[in-house]
Amino acid sequence: MMALHQEHTVAEPAGGLMPSGPDYHDQVVSRRRKGRAWATVFQAAVLVGIIALCALLLNILNQSFGYVAIVNNIDPAELTVDDVPLNRLPKEKLVEILEANISAGLMRRYEHDRPFAERSRENVHALILERVVEPKVQATWGLFDSIFARGSVFAEAEERFPGSDVNFRSWLTTSFISNSQSSEPLRAGVRTAILGSLWVVAITILFSFPIGVGAAIYLEEYARKERLLNRLIQTNINNLAGVPSIIYGMLGLAIFVRILEGFTSGAFLGIGDQSTANGRTIISAGMTLGLLILPLIIINGQEAIRAVPSSLRQAGFGLGATHWQVIWHHVLPSAMPGVLTGTILAVSRAIGETAPLVVVGASTFIALDPSGPFSKFTVLPIQIYQWTSRPQDEFRNLAAAAILVLLILLLSLNASAVLLRNRFDRSQAGA
Amino acid sequence: MTVAIERPSQAQSEASRTSSSPSGTGRYAIEADKMSVHYGNFCAVRDVDMKVPTNKITAIIGPSGCGKSTVLRCFNRMNDLISSARVEGEVLFQGQNIYDDEVDPVEVRRRIGMVFQKPNPFPKTIFENVAWGTRINGFRGDMDEMVEKALQSAALWDEVKDKLQQSALGLSGGQQQRLCIARAIAVEPEIILMDEPASALDPIATLRIEDLMKELSVKYTIIVVTHNMQQAARTSDFTAFFSVDDKRTGNLIEFDDTEKIFTNPSQKSTEDYITGRFG
Amino acid sequence: MSRSAPLAQAAVSAETMRGPVAGGDRKGETALGGGPQMDLRRKPRVAETLIQGFLFLCGAISVLTTLGIVYVLGRESLLFFANEEVNLLKFFGGTEWQPAIGRFGIWPLVTATFMASMVAMVVALPIGLCIAIYLSEYAPRRTRNILKPILEVLAGIPTVVYGYFALTLMTPLLRGIFGRDLVEIYNTASAGIVIGILVIPLVSSMSEDALRAVPNTLRQASYGLGATRLETAVRIVLPAALSGVAAAFIVAISRAIGETMIVAIAAGAGPNFTFSPFRAAETMTGHIVRISGGDLSYDSIDYNSIFAIGLLLFLLTLSLNALSQWIVRRFREEYE
Repeated sequence: MMALHQEHTVAEPAGGLMPSGPDYHDQVVSRRRKGRAWATVFQAAVLVGIIALCALLLNILNQSFGYVAIVNNIDPAELTVDDVPLNRLPKEKLVEILEANISAGLMRRYEHDRPFAERSRENVHALILERVVEPKVQATWGLFDSIFARGSVFAEAEERFPGSDVNFRSWLTTSFISNSQSSEPLRAGVRTAILGSLWVVAITILFSFPIGVGAAIYLEEYARKERLLNRLIQTNINNLAGVPSIIYGMLGLAIFVRILEGFTSGAFLGIGDQSTANGRTIISAGMTLGLLILPLIIINGQEAIRAVPSSLRQAGFGLGATHWQVIWHHVLPSAMPGVLTGTILAVSRAIGETAPLVVVGASTFIALDPSGPFSKFTVLPIQIYQWTSRPQDEFRNLAAAAILVLLILLLSLNASAVLLRNRFDRSQAGA
Repeated sequence: MTVAIERPSQAQSEASRTSSSPSGTGRYAIEADKMSVHYGNFCAVRDVDMKVPTNKITAIIGPSGCGKSTVLRCFNRMNDLISSARVEGEVLFQGQNIYDDEVDPVEVRRRIGMVFQKPNPFPKTIFENVAWGTRINGFRGDMDEMVEKALQSAALWDEVKDKLQQSALGLSGGQQQRLCIARAIAVEPEIILMDEPASALDPIATLRIEDLMKELSVKYTIIVVTHNMQQAARTSDFTAFFSVDDKRTGNLIEFDDTEKIFTNPSQKSTEDYITGRFG
Repeated sequence: MSRSAPLAQAAVSAETMRGPVAGGDRKGETALGGGPQMDLRRKPRVAETLIQGFLFLCGAISVLTTLGIVYVLGRESLLFFANEEVNLLKFFGGTEWQPAIGRFGIWPLVTATFMASMVAMVVALPIGLCIAIYLSEYAPRRTRNILKPILEVLAGIPTVVYGYFALTLMTPLLRGIFGRDLVEIYNTASAGIVIGILVIPLVSSMSEDALRAVPNTLRQASYGLGATRLETAVRIVLPAALSGVAAAFIVAISRAIGETMIVAIAAGAGPNFTFSPFRAAETMTGHIVRISGGDLSYDSIDYNSIFAIGLLLFLLTLSLNALSQWIVRRFREEYE
């Protein structure tokens, strides 16, 4: 610092108008202080982003696990036989209990659905819980309250819901994943929604992957940039990527659901229930999302194809290969890791999309598994939306558990993208 | 501009006498006739007249930017891949103008192979690199035998015969370039165009490529672009000298026996270039 | 100057079997040597043509999508405005949206949309820009390699999850801070803040790209004059990258306006002409979702009305995106 200042006094580069000596030193110190302050601000901004992410994830974890106060219609303790508790009774006794507590009509219906002789002990036990014990959730607490404020949770439960059972409950269980939709929060599950999501995404991929990659190949390999039409296509794709997803929903509603109803309802194949069939089916949803992610797949695909060195193309052409042979044998294999990564990112987007599917008409309540592309459907995000919109706390807990399922699904998808790319890289190099 | 070029009449008459080449094809493998190349509005090369003799090595030399590579790429229509490129005049191969509308550039490129400046093997196995070109062109014979023959012709067989199923990208630069040559000759072209094939290689690898070129010239016509005059002098039978005018357009200045070009050129600019007073 | 290049001797055979000919008056001679005339003629490659045609169609589908959007939105909007109860003046002049009693004034939906978007921008722009400056100008390589994927995670989370976040955490938080009387259960502020968090990664990554595109020589020149890191970043690099940063901001606004699920969950149901961010109000997107989620009969005025809203939304976001692209093109600093 001193050397600098001396140089100034000697050379007087600015005619002596530059500050020097202690003045300059103070000025530098204050500038440095300001710099440090702002550096802290910049770092704080990053921190805010990370905190937001953590808060979001912790909030979901908090809502997915925790104490639940449950009041039973009949206390299972009263259903003991010779002091043997309910969950250890043999099947025959359980059937007796069931028979004693429910109407004869309901009993006949169960017998009709599946004879009790064939039912397992667990099944009968579950029926007793469902029809006789009839547990009702009174209140739920978050994970953090359950851990750090256990005492007050129990005190509150005692005060507000005397006689209730307070148990720690994980809302995300295997039965949550394997059960279908139910209006009873303790028995509700997401199987229908998961299957719906998988069906819709399968259609989306089948529709958008070939078209997206094809368009990317056309634009990068065939299209002459001087032609107005090709420039128009390119600009158009860039603009489509910025159209709000809900607009795609309205497009899907008007085109796939209404105009193409004969096709999307499955009526042309004579499948599906003709009386209730309409275009609000898996195939409509899949194609709508397909259109939505098409620009993303095309843009990613173009980047991947552009990254293939032109020396590879020339080598192919130099051997007398046709344009398509060069593309199919050399350009596409080299671009594939990039294309696939881009596609998987786009598909992740499709799996999480909610708004367009609400517009296209995902069913609000559906307990039947989808059976094909022409079924009515619901998907995970729609299920989450439905549960979130319910005022009761326990449905919020269900929504949180469903969000966990959705996030795990997305995470594994992205992990598979990374694995796939690594494998492709190896097989490209090593064969 | 067309430079009036002294035609070596002696050589001309000799050429007529010895017209039957070993492979039985014509005396001239390929002829450029008033060939000009434009990129958009820019004229890269103008009015090239050039008859390249069969089964000889012809070198194309000249200062950078004189359109050497452009001319080379015109001989197998590789310039088609650049959308702004436009070729005028004629390029005659087997008596046929390869720029005729009815000529298929794919067919042309099979007959006139190319080896590029940087070795560019496909990211596949060594075997597959050689086999691919023949397979897409409908080869139905014994693939193993064909690959072995091509690799032997490219003087690469002994080095790679134990690792045919390994990736070509694991080879050294010189080996990769010879693999590219093997790949090119596998499809049995008449002419092999080489665009500075050794410029990315070390001196020893360069020497091997040059030896290989001489061996191959028994069966193939080779046209090689080089910026290395010594390489042209060492390897080629004939040399074409290109220069660039003030509009950055390339012109063929002189085309003659390599010996004549390097010892007794008829044009002043050739002499200046050869002796290092230019470019 | 010596004419003999000594190396030439070695290579050129003295006998000169055939001389090369420069000059083109004897063309066609090449065929004289006999041998089978080769057929270089173009062969019909049907498959190639078909494939190219198919690929072109793939590209054209994107144009069809746009045309489809314009057709669908335009047609239904025309039907909407053909209704007796509706006209453009009432649509753009009215402050009441009550389809049940035939009031179709767009303003309540528009103000709610702008409230939420404005709150979002207040959150996202400063934070996003600060993150971009930090990542581009301050962070060491390794830190950046860790931070960027984390931000990408933020961008990859479905919006319905953000909606849940807004309703179950952000709203209680706001009500805790500002009081339950002031802040309604559903409000645009909560939705706006969470939209802001959602678009932070968009702003930061686009801005960072713009900042990093500024050549290093500019930074070195600035340091060479004795500027601090802050002065270099804010006074040299940022102005040089301004067009890219501005484009990022505009894209972020467009994204916020089009965001649907967060407002559908957290901002409230029912159009409400208000300028208080703590009151419940329905945005354009929220309204479309609510109406179309119910039992909607085709060709009803409700059905047509959501397409009119959709058209407005489409034009709004499209022009914002076009503006952003224009800024990038028009003001791009060309280095080198």
